[in-house]
Amino acid sequence: MTEKLDWMVARARQGKMTRREFVGRTTAMGVSAALASALYTKAAHAEVKKGGTMRVGLAGGESTNTLDPALAASVVPQVGNASWGEQLVDMNPDGTIDFRIGEEVSSSPDSKVWTFKIRQGVTFSDGKPVTAEDVLATFKRHTDENAQSGALGIVKGISDMKAEGDKLTLTLDQPSADLPYLLTDYHLIIQPGGGYDNPNAGVGAGPYILETFEPGVRYVLKKNPNYWDDSIGHADSIEILSINDNTARTAALQSGQVHMMNRIDPKIAQLLANAPGVEVRRAVGRGHYVFIMHVDKAPFDNNDLRMALKLAVKREEMVEKVLGGLGSVGNDFPINAAYPLFDDTIPQREYDAAAAKAAYDKSGHDGSPIILRTAPGAFPGAVDAANLFAASAQAAGIPLQIQLEPDDGYWSNVWNVQPFCASYWGGRPTQDTMYSTAYLSTAEWNDTKFNNAKFDELLLAARAELDETKRKADYSAMAHIVRDEGGLILPMFNEFVAGIRANEIGGWIDDPNAEMMNYRAPSKCWLV
Amino acid sequence: MHPIVKLLVQRIALGLVLLLAVSAVIFLGVEALPGDTAQAILGQSATPQALENLRAQMGLDQPALTRYFNWLGGVMTGDLGKALTNGVDISQAIGQRLGNTLFLAGCAAVIAVPLALILGAVAARYAGRWPDKVISAVTLTTISLPEFVAAYFVIYLLTILFPVFQPVAMVFPGMSFWAKLQAVALPVIVLVMVVLAHMMRMTRAAILNVMQSAYIETAELKGLSPMTIIWKHAFPNAIAPVISVVAINLAYLVVGVVVVEVVFSYNALGQYLVDHVTKRDLPVVQAVGLIFAAVYIGLNIIADVTAIIANPRLRHPK
Amino acid sequence: MRIPPSALIGLILTGVFIFSAIFADLLMPYAYDLPVGTQWEGPSATHWLGTDTIGRDILSRLIKGGQITIFVALAASILSFAMGSFFGFLAAVSGGWTDQILSRVCDLMMAIPSLIVALVLLSVLPLNLTVLILVMGVLDSTRVFRLARAVAMDIAVMEYVEAAKLRGEKWGWVIFREILPNALSPLVAEFGLRFIFAVLFISTLSFLGLGVQPPLADWGGMVKENKDGLSWGISAALVPALAIALLAISVNLVADWVLSRTSSLKGGRG
Repeated sequence: MTEKLDWMVARARQGKMTRREFVGRTTAMGVSAALASALYTKAAHAEVKKGGTMRVGLAGGESTNTLDPALAASVVPQVGNASWGEQLVDMNPDGTIDFRIGEEVSSSPDSKVWTFKIRQGVTFSDGKPVTAEDVLATFKRHTDENAQSGALGIVKGISDMKAEGDKLTLTLDQPSADLPYLLTDYHLIIQPGGGYDNPNAGVGAGPYILETFEPGVRYVLKKNPNYWDDSIGHADSIEILSINDNTARTAALQSGQVHMMNRIDPKIAQLLANAPGVEVRRAVGRGHYVFIMHVDKAPFDNNDLRMALKLAVKREEMVEKVLGGLGSVGNDFPINAAYPLFDDTIPQREYDAAAAKAAYDKSGHDGSPIILRTAPGAFPGAVDAANLFAASAQAAGIPLQIQLEPDDGYWSNVWNVQPFCASYWGGRPTQDTMYSTAYLSTAEWNDTKFNNAKFDELLLAARAELDETKRKADYSAMAHIVRDEGGLILPMFNEFVAGIRANEIGGWIDDPNAEMMNYRAPSKCWLV
Repeated sequence: MHPIVKLLVQRIALGLVLLLAVSAVIFLGVEALPGDTAQAILGQSATPQALENLRAQMGLDQPALTRYFNWLGGVMTGDLGKALTNGVDISQAIGQRLGNTLFLAGCAAVIAVPLALILGAVAARYAGRWPDKVISAVTLTTISLPEFVAAYFVIYLLTILFPVFQPVAMVFPGMSFWAKLQAVALPVIVLVMVVLAHMMRMTRAAILNVMQSAYIETAELKGLSPMTIIWKHAFPNAIAPVISVVAINLAYLVVGVVVVEVVFSYNALGQYLVDHVTKRDLPVVQAVGLIFAAVYIGLNIIADVTAIIANPRLRHPK
Repeated sequence: MRIPPSALIGLILTGVFIFSAIFADLLMPYAYDLPVGTQWEGPSATHWLGTDTIGRDILSRLIKGGQITIFVALAASILSFAMGSFFGFLAAVSGGWTDQILSRVCDLMMAIPSLIVALVLLSVLPLNLTVLILVMGVLDSTRVFRLARAVAMDIAVMEYVEAAKLRGEKWGWVIFREILPNALSPLVAEFGLRFIFAVLFISTLSFLGLGVQPPLADWGGMVKENKDGLSWGISAALVPALAIALLAISVNLVADWVLSRTSSLKGGRG
């Protein structure tokens, strides 16, 4: 009973429960209405607590990790970097821009020239002030091929950079109304002098200061006493432990060895949610699990065959069995409601054995096996998903067969090479970035070899379009093209499922941008 | 020269030659693996340009033999090179992790070896009767479980059902010895379960073997108690096979605990190796492989030497 | 011949395991790779052992998994015994340089931990049963080599072998006609133990993601698939774990018995 009440108080504190709902449910438990109301007021205005050591257990860290933000590719370094580092701009959970080192931004009417005002009085952990030159040098380093930055594709569209006083001016090759969104990329952490001297120094302007870094083991960080933003960085210190084994990580949360964890296995999410002392948090994200066909290679160059395969997927079953219900069905285009300007009127594609068979017959395919390649590491549950796909396609009379590939070399020998395989996308902050990364005919990662002149034209037009209604219409038209003609089979969007110690963690918000509150859970939450 | 000294020198020299050969096999074998390190490192996000840059940076263009001798020279001077994936100095990274590996192995050995010897002696003393049967049955069960199954049972039992220990067994410099012991409690329990049976069974068999000798009968006729006979007369003569089994199990504790490290997130060499195998970080695989081989060979030499010294016939040559 | 009760139990259980492995495809009540229920159902009349993470019948998977586990372990053990004892006998019969070279190569292979070699090899080779069996068999053959050589050494100095050599028989004849029949008993006992280690080894490899690949699963792989339910009182992971333990114990019981019966025959067990 106390536990349940505590839990409701915690929900109220996080703004997850209205006063009316709270009073209704607590009085039903025998609490007097006056006390319930007082409790709610107290919870809703609960003070942010300062101090303590926040321990975080995360999957996704390897002993091959580095401190260089350009090379971050898994969750532990992403969360670590977000703790000691600061970006020019960041994403808010509601999809708006969170201005960090960049205090404000303005653009020329054609969205080609962007000017950021750099926040004054912010210092790096080595005591030096953060200047426009540092930001410029950081972006410069990421444009350098030798830096192997994951953000290379984003910054290389900037043709000219200028730093003057507290102003940073960026000039683009092509107009883009989305530039600030692009610059929220997690690789773009501002380093002194751009990190040219030592990209692995771990010196940044974040809410915490790095004390110890052991690759694949842990990060230890201490509160940055000079941090400019009071609303972030509550615990005195943070310990990020790399715990890759699901069972051990979950046990660590249950036994209280850590305060929060990521990637709860969908299989046990429900069971864990009922366990004492633990709260499971789900955030609908933009990441998606896909099967991709090369539209330029037989037999996938035939749109009837592609359509037959798209109609032969039991999407709900996959969400249920592969994601344990922690996700949502996809509609064969890479955008969902987590994106701004999403068109929710596009009809959902369903499993239809008869229509699939009809489309298959119409394609004139010779009946030889259609090979779908998959590997355990293509995405979590990729083999199960492929098995389910094959079963439902065979039931519709389509000779779909699975070929299992090793994880090692999957991204070099199978993905982008073989005409039909399982893959995943992490999602991007805007529709433009998602489509530009993988569906523009000239895109480097165009993994369906999609080449549609009308689509390309719409994409470029939408990019420069400042009228949101027109832009939304453009995106809707593009979604229809990809959905009905593309090589993408997108059965499901996954969710970010995290666990926190109930009653011990305050300030958690379900953030759709990325795992662990867009990697910032340790610095944005506090210990109750 | 005393023949025993000559024998020792011989064994150690042989071990060193073997180690040298192993280093060549490891280096060249790992080099011969198919596949592309650069691609493995960059994964899905690899652009052709980035791949080319990375390959050039890693200097994968020199002939293998040249690189072997360069590497061997480095190893002799304690320089194992830098990890391809994150540029970290391998000797430095390995140093601490090797310490952790030895700490875990040491803790497990301190418990398992005496326990195995005592249980083995007890089982031999009551051969065929119930203490023997109970000990045999229990150890047979523990040896029949894969390590990770044992590990998950222990996690469930001792962190969730009875929260006594912590499921994540990381140790850090600066922790007190006691805190470290507490941290590694679970992996130690699992390792003891795994190695105990083998050593205990060998001890039992070796003692029983010796018990059939004539001098044991003499001792029995003298009216000595069975336990005294075992400890004073049988055990010293049964020691050679027992030592060799203990050596094998100690080597296993050091090199074979990859699974246990992975389950408990223990930051030692095995976990380090697994991470770098998947990223195909060859210098690290070579370095760790060499260390493991050195440990194995070293323990075998020690076992040989101990057996020679312990053997009365060799100690007192005619 | 009197069989002690423990050995009898071992023999019966081993027989049951082998029987169900051979007739797995007939015994499975459901397809092993298709979901027939919801996630983690408890045991019931329709699913005697319940269902697994994606609703597949555990009994069916256990039977199919047993077939895979026993087949791979057996094939790997046979390979390691064929290689190990052939080279072991060859070394013992030939002596001299052949013996030196083979023994040193064996030392060399043993000095590199086999799990690590397996990890490295299986992470780059295509993952299928043939590769798995080859890697496991070759790695394990070093241990058999040592035993076979030691046993054969004792036999090779026997008069009848000397006589055969003096008659000018070829070494192949000596190995297959003189040594092999006399060395069989200790090798058979050792075979049981190596088989069990092979079962545990596949389980370990599957745990690290490099063993039997889905939708097939060996018992170790099944434990891994269902391990997350362990903390919640879900028996799905316990069933295959018990199967491994039971198989190991019953084979061990048989091996112990063979060993004790043949200990009078055995030469030096190195």
